[in-house]
Amino acid sequence: MSVLLVAEHDNTKLKPFTFNAIAAASKIDNDVHVLIAGANCENVTKEVASIPLVKKVLWCDSLNYQNYLPENLAPLVTKVAEKYNHIVASANTFGKNFMPRVAAALDVSQVSDIIKVSSPDTFVRPIYAGNAFATVKSSDKKKCVTIRPTSFEPAEKTGGSAQVEKIEATDIPNISKFIKREETKSERPELGTARVVVSGGRGLESGENFKLITDIADKLNAAVGASRAAVDAGYISNDHQVGQTGKVVVPDLYIAVGISGAIQHLAGMKESKIIVAINKDGEAPIFSVADYGLEADLFKALPEFLAELNKLNTIQK
Amino acid sequence: MKILVAVKRVIDYNVQIRVKEDGSGVHTENVKMSTNPPDDNAVEESVKLKEAGKVKEVVAISIGEDKVQETIRKALAIGADKGIHVKADSYIEPLGIAKILKKIVEKEKPDMVFLGKQAIDDDCNQTGQMLAAMLNWPQATFTSKVNLKDKSVEIVREIDEGLETIEVNLPAVVSCDLRLNEPRFASLPNIMKAKKKPMEQLDSKNLGLDLTNRIQQIKVEEPPKRKAGIKVANVAELVSKLKNEAKVL
Repeated sequence: MSVLLVAEHDNTKLKPFTFNAIAAASKIDNDVHVLIAGANCENVTKEVASIPLVKKVLWCDSLNYQNYLPENLAPLVTKVAEKYNHIVASANTFGKNFMPRVAAALDVSQVSDIIKVSSPDTFVRPIYAGNAFATVKSSDKKKCVTIRPTSFEPAEKTGGSAQVEKIEATDIPNISKFIKREETKSERPELGTARVVVSGGRGLESGENFKLITDIADKLNAAVGASRAAVDAGYISNDHQVGQTGKVVVPDLYIAVGISGAIQHLAGMKESKIIVAINKDGEAPIFSVADYGLEADLFKALPEFLAELNKLNTIQK
Repeated sequence: MKILVAVKRVIDYNVQIRVKEDGSGVHTENVKMSTNPPDDNAVEESVKLKEAGKVKEVVAISIGEDKVQETIRKALAIGADKGIHVKADSYIEPLGIAKILKKIVEKEKPDMVFLGKQAIDDDCNQTGQMLAAMLNWPQATFTSKVNLKDKSVEIVREIDEGLETIEVNLPAVVSCDLRLNEPRFASLPNIMKAKKKPMEQLDSKNLGLDLTNRIQQIKVEEPPKRKAGIKVANVAELVSKLKNEAKVL
């Protein structure tokens, strides 16, 4: 039996993590079918159909799915799931929102946030903010699984030509209403997929001082991250938060500035390839995971860092 | 209006957990336990709504061994009116927890169920959504702002892209984010008063539910450790290391 992957998109384009989720789904079963539920989202179906790992595209176009309200989306996924053994989505705010509703409707115990597929019924997932890895085996006939996108390489984007099948919308309960979405628009790369991330913490002392972080980020073509403390203090918006309940990032280079390194923050970044910590407290826990630690006053170190970077002419874009 | 607020007892968020050598789990003996942090936000918000006169009664529930009564007492000390302890001697998956909560909802008939968005031990992020689905109720997950109206609640949610505003009809399940509010500390007099508040006790075995776990935990292991790095003396050395050694610039 095939695996059903529920695509995340904005009705125009596929969200980048869907490529990772498709790759993860193909490790469960190579007959990957992708469900696209949205409104006027034909472009998305074309994008998905050209992914070589995708064998079939199911397309449900209705205004009911325009804003992915879980009360509307879950009944559709549950119905389509009849023909599948696995139902898979990304473990981000999209997948986390609707998948447990599907699992409950199917009377299935969901496996959340997997980082490895050991076999079609056995998975590895982090628990306790990533301080332990649990290998778990599901005995449910159908399996609802959410995958941690950064633990899987994204699927190839072009070269495939999957068949697209239109499907009917299901009834909606009319119990919830979308009002608005305030997205932080940025020219910078997305936090989840950026090659370099520069993050600031409480040590920055104010929102204005985050300019020191964004200047470095712009120079390195990096995304900007933050600790929960910095977001709580109002220095920067919530979509920048890295950590156990924020975003998990795995960039080639993670630069943590003025971040002490609470367990919850480490959970979101300690798999990064190279970690740099800049902090004036030499005892800060962040240094225990840093490849390169600089014990220094960030207000002095960051301008120097920018000046040094400006001297280099090899910054990769 | 009535709120049922669900709280979970977990290893305190400041504790560095230790994995058992036999791979069967993590050490919980002599480890500080406390309320799951976003559940504290759920209790705080429920009590604030009560103090604002919008809600009449707040019932706190927890499921687990006898010690979870401490977690319920803490909610009572913050301002919940009544506690319900559903006894369970072993771990129950979110699916089973949602089934138990559904039973209690059918009995207590709250207008809203508040709970944390995620427990910091199993990191599942499922219970609220599952409960909402089982009840055919709408849900609001990752809630950072609550605006309660007569027959609905307007919610601001924290999503990956930023913030989203939705309005859901009542009754509804609201899963709370850490930025929803600033949980208060219980005062000593309130802690004393909480001891006299009613606490109903039920046994999960007597609810007529199939609570068999479907997921077998095969092993728990420590994640690969990062090898210790080095301290650099200054910014110039840092940049040189990043360029020539790590080759990331």
